[in-house]
Amino acid sequence: MHDFSLATLGGLAIGAAAVLMMALLGRVTGISGIFWTGLSQAMNRTAGILSWQMLFVLGMVSGAFLAHRAFGLPLPPVSEHNLLVAIVAGWVVGFGTNLGSGCTSGHGVCGISRFSPRSIFATLTFMFAGFATVFALRHLLPVVT
Amino acid sequence: MIKLTALACGILFGLGLSVSGMTNTHKVLGFLDVFGDWDASLAFVMGSAVLVTAIGYRYVLRQPAPRLSTEFHLPTNAVIDRPLLYGAILFGLGWGMYGYCPGPAVASLAYLRLDSFVFVAAMIFGMLSSTWLKQHFLT
Repeated sequence: MHDFSLATLGGLAIGAAAVLMMALLGRVTGISGIFWTGLSQAMNRTAGILSWQMLFVLGMVSGAFLAHRAFGLPLPPVSEHNLLVAIVAGWVVGFGTNLGSGCTSGHGVCGISRFSPRSIFATLTFMFAGFATVFALRHLLPVVT
Repeated sequence: MIKLTALACGILFGLGLSVSGMTNTHKVLGFLDVFGDWDASLAFVMGSAVLVTAIGYRYVLRQPAPRLSTEFHLPTNAVIDRPLLYGAILFGLGWGMYGYCPGPAVASLAYLRLDSFVFVAAMIFGMLSSTWLKQHFLT
């Protein structure tokens, strides 16, 4: 039950942040887009290293730090996968979210909240792909091998 | 003011991600494991976030403009095309492999663990690759 209340509380904070971003800056809170725009602008020198996008990213890291430091939340356990899996998965996540113009936040939270058909389609697709991947890796692969 | 707002919203967003359990790869993979020992709690993250955002957007988008900008910058592309489909499939695949989506991956850099840095670096290369592909083949 504890997990469910924390999940709901965290979701409320995420939603509040998304609403504030739209009300004040007029921006959709899509992390893959914000992260990539901030990073590529800094690399192309079209904006400084401290664009609003980069500051949002910096805030996100600080928020995670605060959650565990200030509120005494235990750190999540270390992943059971090795670094090779992190490299492949990280690359695929970056490639996919960039090609598909969004991730869990942009399509899943903001897009669905605007009732965007593109985002609803994308969210159903990546959720299903995620379910299928975990099913294949956890239940199919051990049977086959 | 814009930058300060972005920083504050980022902090709130990062707090939400770690409090909710989204930065815990074990929990995320447990949530995606619908055919196994399913951990449904993370469905409440998206559920409550969408509820707040849908209600908030309804009010906010009726205003003439955001407080600190001249207009709302909303996505204009409304076509469900192949890049969207293939991108979403690949994203789901990578998410299911490790348990990080972009937001939690970046937020988890706060834990100062090697795997987060490796994941985010690989993610940047993935985004670079996709940008290159779009520039050379999809225009």
